Amino acid sequence: MINSLGRKIPAFIEGIGRLEPFEGAYAKIRKGWMDEPTIPPPNKAYLPHQSKLCKSLEEAIMRSNPHDGMTISFHHHLRNGDVMLVQTLNILHNMGIRDITLASSSLLECHDPILPYLQDGTITRIFSSGIRSELGRAIAHGLMDIPVVIQSHGGRVRGIHTGKVQIDLAVIAASAADCEGNATGAHGKSAFGSIGYAVIDARYAKQVIVVTDNLVDYPCIPLSITQNFVDYVVEVDSIGDPSKIATGTTRITNSPMDLRIAKLAADVIEQSGCFKPGFSFQVGAGGASLAVAKYIRAKMKTKGIKGSFLLGGITSYCVDMLNDGLFETIFDVQSFDAAVSNSLFTNRRHIEVPAALYANPFNCGCITNKLDVVVLGALEIDVDFNVNVITGSEGYIRGASGGHSDTASGATLTVVVCPSFRGRIPIIKKRVHTVVTPGETVHVLVTERGICVSPACGDLAQNLKKAGLMVKDIHDLEKEVDLITGVPGPLEYTDKIVGLVEYRDGTIIDVIHQIKEKQFKLPV
Amino acid sequence: MLYIPGNNPAMIQQGGVYGADSILLDLEDSVALNQKDAARILIRNMMRTIDFYDTEVCVRVNHLGTPFGLADLEEIVPLQPSAIRYPKTESAEEVGNLLEIIEKIEDKHGLPHHVMTIHAMIETAMGVQNVFEIASKFPRIDAITIGGQDLTADMNIIYTPDGAGIDFARKRIVMAAKASHIDIIDTVFPDVNDEEGLRKETEYARKIGFTGKAVINPRQIDIIHNVFTPTEEEVRKAYRIVKEFRANAAAGQGVFAIDGKMIDTPVVRRAEYILQLAHVEILPEGADEKPIT
Repeated sequence: MINSLGRKIPAFIEGIGRLEPFEGAYAKIRKGWMDEPTIPPPNKAYLPHQSKLCKSLEEAIMRSNPHDGMTISFHHHLRNGDVMLVQTLNILHNMGIRDITLASSSLLECHDPILPYLQDGTITRIFSSGIRSELGRAIAHGLMDIPVVIQSHGGRVRGIHTGKVQIDLAVIAASAADCEGNATGAHGKSAFGSIGYAVIDARYAKQVIVVTDNLVDYPCIPLSITQNFVDYVVEVDSIGDPSKIATGTTRITNSPMDLRIAKLAADVIEQSGCFKPGFSFQVGAGGASLAVAKYIRAKMKTKGIKGSFLLGGITSYCVDMLNDGLFETIFDVQSFDAAVSNSLFTNRRHIEVPAALYANPFNCGCITNKLDVVVLGALEIDVDFNVNVITGSEGYIRGASGGHSDTASGATLTVVVCPSFRGRIPIIKKRVHTVVTPGETVHVLVTERGICVSPACGDLAQNLKKAGLMVKDIHDLEKEVDLITGVPGPLEYTDKIVGLVEYRDGTIIDVIHQIKEKQFKLPV
Repeated sequence: MLYIPGNNPAMIQQGGVYGADSILLDLEDSVALNQKDAARILIRNMMRTIDFYDTEVCVRVNHLGTPFGLADLEEIVPLQPSAIRYPKTESAEEVGNLLEIIEKIEDKHGLPHHVMTIHAMIETAMGVQNVFEIASKFPRIDAITIGGQDLTADMNIIYTPDGAGIDFARKRIVMAAKASHIDIIDTVFPDVNDEEGLRKETEYARKIGFTGKAVINPRQIDIIHNVFTPTEEEVRKAYRIVKEFRANAAAGQGVFAIDGKMIDTPVVRRAEYILQLAHVEILPEGADEKPIT
């Protein structure tokens, strides 16, 4: 099958099932309903005063009916500080459990220790919004027989609703919890802020274990995860290291290049028509993306503009903007900075939201639908404005779909910020290696060498030109950068598909092929 | 004006993207002695191939008293950058000698003598003493710059954030440049993390007459632009002054008043300068009255 972006998609993958090709960002949503039926959540009953406390994670897992072929889920709110995923899989491996489907909301460098389990058959399928580091390399080299499935944050919720991902066991790390399983990430020594991605897991998993290093008296508030979904509670010494949530990505960059791009992006936003009282805004953490917030903050102060809400991955910089009175509300699905937790806990205008409310396309309206402006990064972008945030220039899986396509789909103005080349690799391509976010949902590309506006955006290019901004045709900018860097030779792939990139509506927007290279070896 | 070390290809290739009015590709102090020839070749090749967009390109060569100065000129002059910056200028005689060499090289390559200009850098006590002669004797000198670090070293004093040690030099150099009707560019502010310090020093430089400031990091550009760019209020006021002046002049009237304040020729000249900085033109009578955006 060929999807609407011209990408070849198989009709069926063993171990995954029948695939549906992407037909446009709004093709399925426009119908007003989801084609697939939703599955019911599990049917459970507990007797009064039945204890949920377990002495150890092993005991909780033993009581959760571990079995071959099970699906196990995790959230990634502790990002690189998470230890629960590896610990749980070590336990399951030691129990001899095999053929596990891993459904983590994302996988990061700290999860590299599970790599041997991909080789020995402990883990045979992966659903995740992102994969990085050694895992991404190994998978790109064809380590797994069944392709990994990359989902957006909103798409993950849809996948669970439809039963495409049926979770047998959800292990939910919480920085505070009580004996009944009411749990939160908002306080405690390992506070990590919002626990928004785990809410759907708690709702739909057949068994739910809450793991905490801070067992508090009943009731644990806020009720981010509620007891009516939790089977077992375990107290451990540590759920991880919150200082590693987002090392270095919550400070405004010092990189002159990132700052330059951010300033241009802020100028674009100012001139776009979206920068007005009551506007809503989302930026990513780190690099040029977060730096845009610095310039927007200054422009809001100068012009006396007050926004409506900040959305998404929330940094302490966002909290500062809320406290400055520049925005009315923060909707926080993920806190990119442990320092955000205190605001989440104490400020009633800082609201924790689950992933379904954040970005699931199949409901009566997620918050991304209300976004005016989102600023996103890119590993690559092509002349049709399609964006790759999952595979690197060498073909490895090294990024995350995350909320990229969700927010791009919803925002009135989607601004992609990236340098025109990194090292000596051009970022603007004729055709990206892997499409994650379709070009029809991207409006402006901002690089240090020029600003490109999607032809679908009407007068925006003219308006930006009138404002003195350096607007260029994306084809011209691509050629200009190629003259500096040269055009890299194409990557060589085999026919084997190692990854499926699901669009948020469940269709397949692209596939990732195994890269042809020397035999991959496990790191010593 | 953004300083870029001449031996750093990554920085040179990005020189045009930061929004600086001009970049200074440096062959002098930022390049180690054993890399002078490599930097010279690098700058030559990059000036031929890299698009610096609207940014003016200047090159700081080594002093002719060093083993590198002449070779720098022979390589750079044929490329005709916007300007050659000459370090540690101490006398008009020295400038005359420099121009003679430059013009010989230009003649050899069939190049005109009036396109590329010269920036004389004042970085010694002797240069400060002779600055008016340096600034005024040769029309090809269109800017004077002060090098604060070298000047304090020459004076055997320590550079302090308040700039006290070089305050006299700053003002003397400004006066020489003003008397010669050429640009005057302030020295760099060395602490790239002290944004407030940079702002204060730049505001002071503008107040005493500098027309620009050198930077060593692109992060400093915005602050300098911010200080040197007239505010919207200043531009509106200047626009009104110039417009009313022209209307009054056409009616044969000289001095007039706006909001009770006397407007005479010096005030009008200052207003015209502000409009020039803001790239604002006076529209003819009856045209759209909203020229300032």
